[in-house]
Amino acid sequence: MPADFNWAIGGEAGDGIDSTGKIFAQALSRAGRHVFTSKDFASRIRGGYTSYKIRTAVSQVQSVVDRLDVLIALTQRTIDENLNELHEGSVIIYDGDRTTMQDVEIPDGMIGLDVPLKGLAEEAGGAIMRNVVALGAACAVGEFPIENLDSALEKRFGDKGRSIVENNMTAARKGRDYVEAEFDADFGYDLECTDENYVLLNGDEAIGMGAIAGGCRFYAGYPITPATAVMEYLTGRIERYGGHVVQAEDELSAINMALGAARAGARAMTATSGPGIDLMTETFGLVATSETPLVICNVMRSGPSTGMPTKQEQGDLNAMLYGGHGEVPRFVLAPTTIAECFHKTVEAFNLAEKYQIPVYLTADLSLAVTEQTYAPEEFDMDAVEINRGKVVDEDTVGEWQDEDGRFRPHALTDDGVSPRAFPGTEGGLHMSTGLEHDELGRRTEDTEMRVQQVDKRSRKVETAREREPFEPREFGDPDAETLVVSWGSNEGAMVEAMRLLEDEDVGVRFLSVPYVFPRPDLTEAVEAAEEVIVVECNATGQFANILEHDTLTRVTRLNKYDGVRFKADELAERIATALGHEAAEEEVTP
Amino acid sequence: MSSNVRFTDFKSDAQPTWCPGCGDFGTMNGMMKALAETGATPDETFIIAGIGCSGKIGTYMRSYAIHGVHGRALPVGSGVKLANPGIEVMVAGGDGDGYSIGAGHFIHAVRRNIDMTYVVMDNRIYGLTKGQASPTSREDFETSTTPEGPQQPPVNPLALALAASGTFIAQSFSTDAQRHADIVKQAVEHDGFGFVNVFSPCVTFNDVDTYDYFRDHIVDLTDTDHDPTDYEDARSRILDPGKEYQGVLYRDEDSVPYSRSHGIDADMTEIPDGAPEDATDLVREFY
Repeated sequence: MPADFNWAIGGEAGDGIDSTGKIFAQALSRAGRHVFTSKDFASRIRGGYTSYKIRTAVSQVQSVVDRLDVLIALTQRTIDENLNELHEGSVIIYDGDRTTMQDVEIPDGMIGLDVPLKGLAEEAGGAIMRNVVALGAACAVGEFPIENLDSALEKRFGDKGRSIVENNMTAARKGRDYVEAEFDADFGYDLECTDENYVLLNGDEAIGMGAIAGGCRFYAGYPITPATAVMEYLTGRIERYGGHVVQAEDELSAINMALGAARAGARAMTATSGPGIDLMTETFGLVATSETPLVICNVMRSGPSTGMPTKQEQGDLNAMLYGGHGEVPRFVLAPTTIAECFHKTVEAFNLAEKYQIPVYLTADLSLAVTEQTYAPEEFDMDAVEINRGKVVDEDTVGEWQDEDGRFRPHALTDDGVSPRAFPGTEGGLHMSTGLEHDELGRRTEDTEMRVQQVDKRSRKVETAREREPFEPREFGDPDAETLVVSWGSNEGAMVEAMRLLEDEDVGVRFLSVPYVFPRPDLTEAVEAAEEVIVVECNATGQFANILEHDTLTRVTRLNKYDGVRFKADELAERIATALGHEAAEEEVTP
Repeated sequence: MSSNVRFTDFKSDAQPTWCPGCGDFGTMNGMMKALAETGATPDETFIIAGIGCSGKIGTYMRSYAIHGVHGRALPVGSGVKLANPGIEVMVAGGDGDGYSIGAGHFIHAVRRNIDMTYVVMDNRIYGLTKGQASPTSREDFETSTTPEGPQQPPVNPLALALAASGTFIAQSFSTDAQRHADIVKQAVEHDGFGFVNVFSPCVTFNDVDTYDYFRDHIVDLTDTDHDPTDYEDARSRILDPGKEYQGVLYRDEDSVPYSRSHGIDADMTEIPDGAPEDATDLVREFY
């Protein structure tokens, strides 16, 4: 029996797939099991195939795999869509009374459990609870104590009243009892519980929590998949800390509002996805040249144009590195896990203010919508440090005035960082502009000052390189012949893929890069390796390009741009194939 | 009221590069007077300007200021005011900035009703790019890019503001110094979004909407029985074509500024050295 258990519910959008999946994930988490979830959804409110998958184990899980042990199928299409992940002995729970499921085809070797979901739900108080009946049935299959569902149901329905919660508990038990009574079988699963307490959250939530912890008090944004959840998280929470969320009329406005708040002295952020990044690029140059600290979160989705709005891609690297006319200094951070979404958000605010520079904080759809369990200590609020950089007050502002008492917001300094005065600071008033400017912030076309200001802005990046530990995250055997490099969200799948590869005696050194710019120098690591493979979710290998440029070495590209994230077993197989291990496919597939 | 602030305190030592006779001089002087008279100080004032001749105003005034992206001055001003409510925020821009490239922001800034002032220096021409039609140019106004005239009716900014539920809608003439300053002052003092469209003639590229034209055609509302708190009165005047009014056309006495409707009063610039004290509650929510 495998150590992990893979479960899914699938149906049409509007079937309550997401909330049902969330309830089960929460129940597993509260039972002290680790959880990793994955959602497949379409850009529509009703109709279309939607699924919610959960991989759970007692040890930490960081990826989905190509295997499903238990599937709750509300439609025939759910079975069809998952055929390649279902295996001999997989259990399919369905309601044969549902008109669309009357002619259901259970593939050979799989176990179909026909459970009257709707009927049992009606007995418990309403057909609307049929998915909860299915959860109860799944508990029976997995030998998972149903009491664990109770607290999750409480959390989900608690505000709707006691009777609703109790009806749902009854519905779950009806599902369990039905399976135990009608299908007297041991399905081979035993979902062990532990005494651990985990938190369960997704990347967007981790970014939102990191923003509040990191001192962000102003957020302006325009709803866009898959970044909206950042805004939704902050709404109703940031106010408790004296902050505010504005839903702007468009992304042009959102970034300019955030810019205004930052000039006023607040830690400010906006979050968006590709199409919004295109619009925000208009103002990006102003943010950089006015030396305004701003965090711009880009939760990437598949492009170009409207692309595939609900699908995974890491296609915006070039846009973030090079977007905008002129030469614009910037930082680009790419958290590699959900926990890192929290930590890198805090860091992004510190970097933005220390260097008075725009910081792209980029996640992607996989990180954004995936929920994962962590020990709560991963989000240690006591460890959060705030560094606001060179902010002057009324006592120190004089050190930065010229002979006429005028404040110099773009003073030429050795480290490139100038003083910053918040409005209201007596003696600190100044002008900022998107025009090239002198130390006072006034327009200039003086050739010498132009060069000095350009150099000063670039110097901030050099200073950051010297002062900040922009290190990759290292995994595996440091002396392995094969070096795998990736950025952003592929880390979890890769770490699990390495275990599968180890089983095949394929040793790999893995560097997961959260700092895209400025980035760690990987030249030594690349030169020491026989084979370098760059893993990323785009077609052209945007990170591979910059790595080749940095190290003057050709690398092997391992790209995925079908809209679906890497799965651990898939990635192991593709790496093995890239390394010429022909038999790999058969061996590493569970 | 701070009596020791003079309007010249709001004047920087930079020499304006506007053409001699430009209406923007008068517009700016009135803004400075209005600010001084309401008791604002340069250290606690933030001027946000767009792009174009009007965009230079932040350089010529003395205060905290930003000269931003074309058309986006209002969102910047909104961010400044929400983050630091103690700051007096005044946004200035031209007719192109406000009614063309920034028209979307104009409508939403009006309906958001954040407590700030918006002064549009309306010269009915694109001056800095040397004379092309603007959204307020006349239908038959011949320019380098519209040799037959724009052949589309001009935007009525006051009507846009009214349609967007504006709470303070006014118009002034830059050269009528006292009246203009007084109208801007009322906009600053208004509890909400104070909007003033200022006739600010371009002496170089607009030979139609000139000082003489406005002098001959302006109807000052103080010479009428206009009641600015009467919505119907305001609506009929604003929609009256061919009338160039000066004065406060509409003022909603029940205006509730955004900060009140949204319960925001905190200065967002002050944050602790670490995570907020009870931030661990945020983690607990995820159990």
